[in-house]
Amino acid sequence: MATMREIKRRKASIQSTQQITNAMKLVSTVKLQKSRAKAERTRPYTDMMYATVHHVLSCTEQVDHPYLKAGASEKKGIIVISSNRGLAGGYNSNIARLVLNSGIAPEQTVLYAVGRKGRETLCHRGYTVAEDYSDRMESPEYADALEIGRKVLADYMDQKIGEIYLVYTSFKNTVSHEPKMIKLLPVETDQFEAKDSEEDELLMSYEPGEGEVLDALIPLYMNSLIYGALVESTASENGARMQAMDSATSNAQEMLEHLSLEYNRARQASITQEITEIIAGANAIN
Amino acid sequence: MAEGNKFQLRIITPDRVFYESEASMVEMNTTDGEIGVYKEHVPTTFILVPGVLTIHGDDGEKYAALHSGFVEVLQGQVTVLAEAAEWPDEIDVERAERARARAEERLHDRADGINQMRAEAALRRALTRIKVGR
Repeated sequence: MATMREIKRRKASIQSTQQITNAMKLVSTVKLQKSRAKAERTRPYTDMMYATVHHVLSCTEQVDHPYLKAGASEKKGIIVISSNRGLAGGYNSNIARLVLNSGIAPEQTVLYAVGRKGRETLCHRGYTVAEDYSDRMESPEYADALEIGRKVLADYMDQKIGEIYLVYTSFKNTVSHEPKMIKLLPVETDQFEAKDSEEDELLMSYEPGEGEVLDALIPLYMNSLIYGALVESTASENGARMQAMDSATSNAQEMLEHLSLEYNRARQASITQEITEIIAGANAIN
Repeated sequence: MAEGNKFQLRIITPDRVFYESEASMVEMNTTDGEIGVYKEHVPTTFILVPGVLTIHGDDGEKYAALHSGFVEVLQGQVTVLAEAAEWPDEIDVERAERARARAEERLHDRADGINQMRAEAALRRALTRIKVGR
């Protein structure tokens, strides 16, 4: 059995770890509330944008537009949104796993990394990182999404990449977040048309013209999706960290209880032993 | 103004629902120039350029600065999706003035391709802010 002093030291160390995890839990709870409110404020915009693009594409037939068909390049661009800090449970590894299992070979991939953790994991596995926006992850603004979108779109138009994917964690509620991979460009028209067949077709006219509207609309659509992904990922990150820290705190509590029991037993044993020794000594004198 | 002339106007930006109420007319700048939309407008999608947005509602006219986006006109409902929108009291006129000076300087210095386009866009945004802010 471990000595009393050892157990005591162990207890103190667990206790201080528990204090840290508990503090981290409280901090991420506050951050979660903030980022969640932000994600909810963004939703009307992204939803509306999605609905409009959906509507435009389902109304226009067979448009020959660079945004709607795959580029000539074999390379695929992936925007990977993870976090800059660890200790968030499976949050970062889920994102990395999604990319690794996506079936896209590392040699054919160009990464646009947002978040240090995801970048590091994927770098190890042989992916090339074209651009790193990790410093934007702290508090994503629309301007950041704009910058990423502009860069990715420029690469797409320069034929450096043929397809663009976005990997992020979608925020459902505080306890459930789901890593997701969506295709940004080329926009898949079939996916839109299939859903819209029952809706009444409104005859919509486009000023100045369908092509020009798509020209302006698709970059806006992309930026809004990137922005939505950034804010949802931040909310998910804080949610994941809060959960991870919550279970760490309760695990520490459990260990402390167990160790207290052990400590009391050890104390009891040492007292018993001392008494036995005294009695034995007294008997020997008589 | 008669009740029947109102339509539902929604202005949404990435950060918030900027405006959501009834209006009788809304004016804005599109790639084709300035337009005004009344109720019963033909369903249309317009592309917006930075400019002043004017809402004619119950309590008179309201102005706002609007930067790039598009507007979708449906029957009885107009939805504006803008990358940024600001009320006059939210605009920092001094900052906009500085931005204007910077953009003008850049346009003077060198004019090549994308940079010129960006400087022009920045100039347009700054001018819009200044106009609304005053």
